[in-house]
Amino acid sequence: MIDVNVNLSRWPCRRLLGDEPDGLVANLRKRNVTQAWAGTFDGVLHKDLSSANQRLARDCQRYGPGLLIPFGSVNPKLPDWQEDLRRCHEDYKMPGIRLHPNYHGYELKDSAFGELLHLAAARRLITQVAVRMEDERTQHPLMRVPPVELSPLVDVIKSERGARVVVLNWNALEDVETAQKLASTGRVYFDISMLESVGGVARLAQAIPIEQVLFGSHYPLFYFESALLKVREAGLVDAEARAVLEGNARRLLGA
Amino acid sequence: MNRRTLLKSVCAGLAAAQVERAQTTAPEPARPFRIWDEHCHLGNVPGDTPEERMTALIRWADRLGIERLLLSQGYGTDLHPTPAQFREENDRVMRAVHRFPDRSFGSVYLSPAYPEFSVQEFDRCVRDGPMVSIGEVEADKRCSAPEMDLIVERAASMQVPILQHTWLKIDGNEPGESTPYDVVAIAKRHPDVQFVCVHTGGDWERGIRIIRDTKNVSGDIAGSNPTSGFVEMAVRELGAERVIYGSDVGGRSFASQLGKVLGAEIPDSAKELILGGNLRRLLTPVLRAKGYKW
Repeated sequence: MIDVNVNLSRWPCRRLLGDEPDGLVANLRKRNVTQAWAGTFDGVLHKDLSSANQRLARDCQRYGPGLLIPFGSVNPKLPDWQEDLRRCHEDYKMPGIRLHPNYHGYELKDSAFGELLHLAAARRLITQVAVRMEDERTQHPLMRVPPVELSPLVDVIKSERGARVVVLNWNALEDVETAQKLASTGRVYFDISMLESVGGVARLAQAIPIEQVLFGSHYPLFYFESALLKVREAGLVDAEARAVLEGNARRLLGA
Repeated sequence: MNRRTLLKSVCAGLAAAQVERAQTTAPEPARPFRIWDEHCHLGNVPGDTPEERMTALIRWADRLGIERLLLSQGYGTDLHPTPAQFREENDRVMRAVHRFPDRSFGSVYLSPAYPEFSVQEFDRCVRDGPMVSIGEVEADKRCSAPEMDLIVERAASMQVPILQHTWLKIDGNEPGESTPYDVVAIAKRHPDVQFVCVHTGGDWERGIRIIRDTKNVSGDIAGSNPTSGFVEMAVRELGAERVIYGSDVGGRSFASQLGKVLGAEIPDSAKELILGGNLRRLLTPVLRAKGYKW
């Protein structure tokens, strides 16, 4: 099983079971996860992303070699962010990056995002876009951050043919039209960590190609079992379940 | 139902065994626990009738080993229902429960905005009908209002629990929307009645603290993101006997909410209580009075 959405380090508002790397790795292995695409909570608020990414790469290698696949953070509003991107790719051999546009103060129609996506695509890096990290209604009063508006991505992705984007932490069933537009490009994928409504995975698979649906848990900020049980609840046939749990991510990583 | 949906529904049954084998990475099915879901609606569920919607819900519940659903509110979308609409939604729930009497119970939808009507509706649906609890009470007036007392006294007369919607939204609740503070206020006025603080305020780290010292209030974990630590904190601060699993389907999935309990670092004995033991305890007086088997 491949989980495309786990996080290392500490969430600033809460200690979590699994926020120590050895514990996180043990819990993932216990749940038969064979590969986890790991971002870092430090990438949300830290300005020294160079060191955040260095720690991420080090911890993935130290605690979960072969299991944890680091996805570094890049903030295109920081000076010389291009060097962060280069290090993620060349120094740390990361297959992708994870973006937090809402915490970093830009929208997807911003030219900085377009430039970042273009450079990431040129390096064949997967670009993960986290729509939100938590429910806006329950955020810390001094850290109120609206979700990322995804609709501008439709036009951006059309002109960026080499891009591969994974949308994290979004309930695509709340805006099926945008999800379908994005999916129709064949270059956008969706994780299920914040997918909601009963039978949600099956419903999403009726709206977009199931090949673009990925298993992501948002662990350890979320209970891992919640995502896993969504797949069980969906009642997918064998091949479909395997695709969501592993095959789609493996194909994307190898593309 | 389109072709793909039909195909999937047919294949789901036929391929169940295969899926079980395929998902060897999934946790063990929740069969060791008797799971009762305290918080279910028919909204956002496919189907043209209550019976069709309930059939769909039961199919999903079966996949996760959920034994019973406590159903309320029907599937109307009006956030400010009239008495006629309350009655219609309760009729829908009773039709759905009638279709699956061994898998579900009904809970009457009322509002302190209409106290006299609500008492009549309680009598129709609970005293003289098949329903077993009150709520999810949600619409138009906070539950701490004096008009709620009439409804609570009716609940006391039959020892039925009251499920009260609550939220603590950082940008402010809707007018008339209750918070856990409101539940505590009404619960203190009626210490012999059992209340369930539905959603535990959503912002559960605050909600749990608010209800902590009011022993006739339990916390429902339904209808919020499956944020790690919710159930552990609830068990630590309230005790496992005051924590209740519910999902808030169809807006939420059974899965995302069930995962909060099955993924929690708590003893199996606590999970047994949360997943059904506590709800069965709260409902035991009315189930016995009605002669229901469970």
